[in-house]
Amino acid sequence: MSDLLTTTAVGTHQARLDGPAKVRGLAPYAYEHPFDDPLFLYPLQAKIARGQAAHIDPSAAEAAEGVVHVLTHDNAPELADTDDGELAILRSAEIGFRGQYLGAVIATTPEQARHAASLIEITYAQDDHDVELREDHPASREPESGSGDDVRTGNVDTALAEAAVSIDERYSTPMEHNNPMEPHTTVALRDGDELTLWTSTQGVHPARATLAPILGVEQEKIRIISPHVGGGFGSKGLPHADMMLTALAAQAVPGRPVKYAVTRQQMFSITGYRAPTLQHIRLGARTDGTLTAFAYDAISMSSQTKEFPEESTKPGRMMYAGDNRRLTQRVVPLDVPVPSWMRAPGEASGMVGLEIAMDELAVAAGIDPIELRVRNDPTTDPDTGLPFNQRRLIDCLREGADRFGWEKRNPQPRARQENGWFVGMGVASATYPASRQPGSVARIRRTPEGFEVSIGAADLGTGTWTVLSQTAADALGVPIGQVDLRIGDTALPNATVAGGSTGLASWSTAIVTAAQELRSEHGADPAIGAEAHGEAEANPAAEKFALHSFGAHFAEVRIQPTTGEIRLRRMFGMFSAGRIVNPTTARSQLIGGMTMGVGMALHEKGELDPRFGHVVNHDLAEYHVPVNADITDIEADWLDEKDPQAGPLGARGVGEIGIVGAAAAIANAAFNATGVRVRDLPIFGDAFLPT
Amino acid sequence: MNPFDYERAADAAGAVSTVTDRPDAVFLAGGTNLVDHLKLGVAEPDLVVDINRLELTEVEALDDGGLRIGAMVRNSDAAADPRIRRDYPLLARALLSGASGQLRNAATMGGNLLQRTRCVYFQDTSTPCNKREPGAGCSAIGGYTRYHAILGASADCVATHPSDMAVALTALDATVVVLGATGERRISVTELHRLPGDRPEQDTVLEHGELITALELPPPRPGASTYRKIRDRASYAFALVSVAARVDVDTAGHAPVIREAAIALGGVAHKPWRARAAEAVLRGAEPTAETFLAAADAELEAAEPLDGNRFKVPMTRGAISSVLAELTGVPEALPESTTEDTHE
Repeated sequence: MSDLLTTTAVGTHQARLDGPAKVRGLAPYAYEHPFDDPLFLYPLQAKIARGQAAHIDPSAAEAAEGVVHVLTHDNAPELADTDDGELAILRSAEIGFRGQYLGAVIATTPEQARHAASLIEITYAQDDHDVELREDHPASREPESGSGDDVRTGNVDTALAEAAVSIDERYSTPMEHNNPMEPHTTVALRDGDELTLWTSTQGVHPARATLAPILGVEQEKIRIISPHVGGGFGSKGLPHADMMLTALAAQAVPGRPVKYAVTRQQMFSITGYRAPTLQHIRLGARTDGTLTAFAYDAISMSSQTKEFPEESTKPGRMMYAGDNRRLTQRVVPLDVPVPSWMRAPGEASGMVGLEIAMDELAVAAGIDPIELRVRNDPTTDPDTGLPFNQRRLIDCLREGADRFGWEKRNPQPRARQENGWFVGMGVASATYPASRQPGSVARIRRTPEGFEVSIGAADLGTGTWTVLSQTAADALGVPIGQVDLRIGDTALPNATVAGGSTGLASWSTAIVTAAQELRSEHGADPAIGAEAHGEAEANPAAEKFALHSFGAHFAEVRIQPTTGEIRLRRMFGMFSAGRIVNPTTARSQLIGGMTMGVGMALHEKGELDPRFGHVVNHDLAEYHVPVNADITDIEADWLDEKDPQAGPLGARGVGEIGIVGAAAAIANAAFNATGVRVRDLPIFGDAFLPT
Repeated sequence: MNPFDYERAADAAGAVSTVTDRPDAVFLAGGTNLVDHLKLGVAEPDLVVDINRLELTEVEALDDGGLRIGAMVRNSDAAADPRIRRDYPLLARALLSGASGQLRNAATMGGNLLQRTRCVYFQDTSTPCNKREPGAGCSAIGGYTRYHAILGASADCVATHPSDMAVALTALDATVVVLGATGERRISVTELHRLPGDRPEQDTVLEHGELITALELPPPRPGASTYRKIRDRASYAFALVSVAARVDVDTAGHAPVIREAAIALGGVAHKPWRARAAEAVLRGAEPTAETFLAAADAELEAAEPLDGNRFKVPMTRGAISSVLAELTGVPEALPESTTEDTHE
């Protein structure tokens, strides 16, 4: 257990320090940094899902006005490492998915580049493709990059057969696409043997560490700058092929900056997505609802080009008790774009199936769904056997129920009608690991005005600028105005990625450590110019405790029985996330996650056309996310607590937990409203209409 | 985006003449649809004639008690016009249920009528589409058809017309005023858009170079009217199904009788769909929940849903009966309980 920081700024409402610059348009996003004489890139993308680009004829594009260079596999720079199938682009004529980059046109205006790209003749040799995920797919296998082995404890089949109450159901989640407001953008400039990328990323140092060995360049020769990021939701966590393509283009036109903003349509095949999942869940319980059998078999789609498993079974490993357990995770690699991180990968999809299944078990057992979860709350982590840091799921459920007015819920479905709409309430649990990544370094330097605090962290619109300034202020014992924070640049000390809700815990630990070092090396009042470094180490508590956050979602929906329309009326989330560093930005994170959960429940579905192999509703008019009118009443709150196992702030990250379980709460509310159980997301109005 | 020439028209006749003389010229009004198509390669004109300076921006009373709306009146302005709000509330409602505030500020009345289908295959030049390239084939058939037609489609095209406003105008029996190279003509809005047949590339009966200059609304008719849009989210989504309806009930006698009904449907066909069969059932009938369902069923008898949009038949049935119930104050018929579990 580490000593908790004495706090003054931490824990208080602070408006975003970067807010005034953003609303005045003065905060430079990647594409907006001023450049002299830039060039613009437009990509060539495969129009088949499998086969070869047998011949690419660039001549018409090369002759077009404004074109400086046409990049294809015929002339692309060599790569030093081609193991990463997603990033090792332009190696050959082979095509692994529809939309794959086959090249790029570089021209003096974006319009010239786009037009010239359309002039390029590509002759394809098309092979049969397979993009359809199904449970009995012969290519189904254990993931190579999974986070755990199968779990087989006791005898699930016997326990299920003997269970007083059981359910055996199949659930599915669709292809979902991160759509941050700011698309993925990169400006790349090669100057001599140095490469600079102004890009939109969740981690400048991790992106550099990924790109450098592939490009065959020393890390020190690459600089990545990303002070502001217009949303990421995981899609900017790992560098995708767009960043590599722009970097390769810059190699081809040294001395000129090359600008590339991925279009919304291109994002659906280039920048990652949440892979669809199929989840088979069987639960067995005693008459009092306590679990005796827990079987969770999940499959996710993956890509032949590069594996990424959407591990739905992850939360099932630690969520509920039960002696006889079986968890299996499989992937089916198909001829599809490369899936990647999307807010709470694994937990978000897994807590759809599991939390609907728990609702079904509650109905089958005739027990209130909150009480069912209370009765199955384990005392130690079923996965590791370790004690939990603070498992306050029950507190979240009970406190949330009080605040939401759960006692007004009629457990009988289809029992409440208002103005012609059926109304129902649902609940679901939330969970997310509280991890800290080792390796972040902060540098603090005394200046005439105060303290310069430098760390290559990222602010995705989440509040990093603000909360790290609060943290530094308290660590140094000075007002927040004396902190001059620098982030988002590889020229600053190393920082780990803003992903997995680890950013705050990892970076703040480095800052607090650096402040301690500064004091111990230079005393309580360091001279101007004095500086110290501090590095975040792995959290030693992770050896002794299962570190998680928890929460409970409550949703009320209304459904129009004659037209099928389903609308969220109100939603409340109660969370246990350790100390909340900034209630203003934390609330935004939590209700933002919940809103994304609403999209998951009611709107989002990439329509992958199996004939063509690509997502055909690839823009924001056709791929729906919630709009303001869908989110009429949403609120989040948290238990007042500090987590002594979580590091010097006692805080756990809140970037992901808001989405986890949110969709299940809505699905369970829809069942309570209508008696119709929807197990395949999203829930469209069709489900409530007579066939 | 293909390179193209750009001209700004000074007057309507000049704009018509310029476009008529160039087979690949187009008019640019609000640009909310055309500019997307220019970027996507769906439209490849060699000349864009900007008509935004034309003085077609008045809403004027007509001698017969109707209203004339200039083609360049913005959707937001029309929706806020006090005469439209008072006398044609279903038009105001339809306008406000379309797109977003920003788009309505740019979109024009003439352009709204001429917006093209949002069929995803039409908008994606990497997939075949008969509407974009006659003879190429229809990718929607056998594909993603949630937003596609259940009425009046063909083997060549199953696209729908996306406008809300046009559905209201269809129920209102509006007239479109069109200027061509040889003069002005008037077309009933119900005759403006075509069914796809074997020429899906032709959205309307307009000839190349003809320009919509105004819409004319007949004098307001008696009865209650509204516009109801069923969609996958609460705003900024195209209609799965929409209903524009006006019902005039004679309550003077022993039992109430429907004197007249006008119904148009959106989201179900290649054009705003005037529901004449439903109207025929309603005319002279007593307004009851059973009557409303019978009217909806009469219209939907011809429905030919696709695998991806079978739900639209019960959804349209529910929407029609629900709107009629609302307009007449008759209690709505609830569908029988559907407590069966569903697997999509």
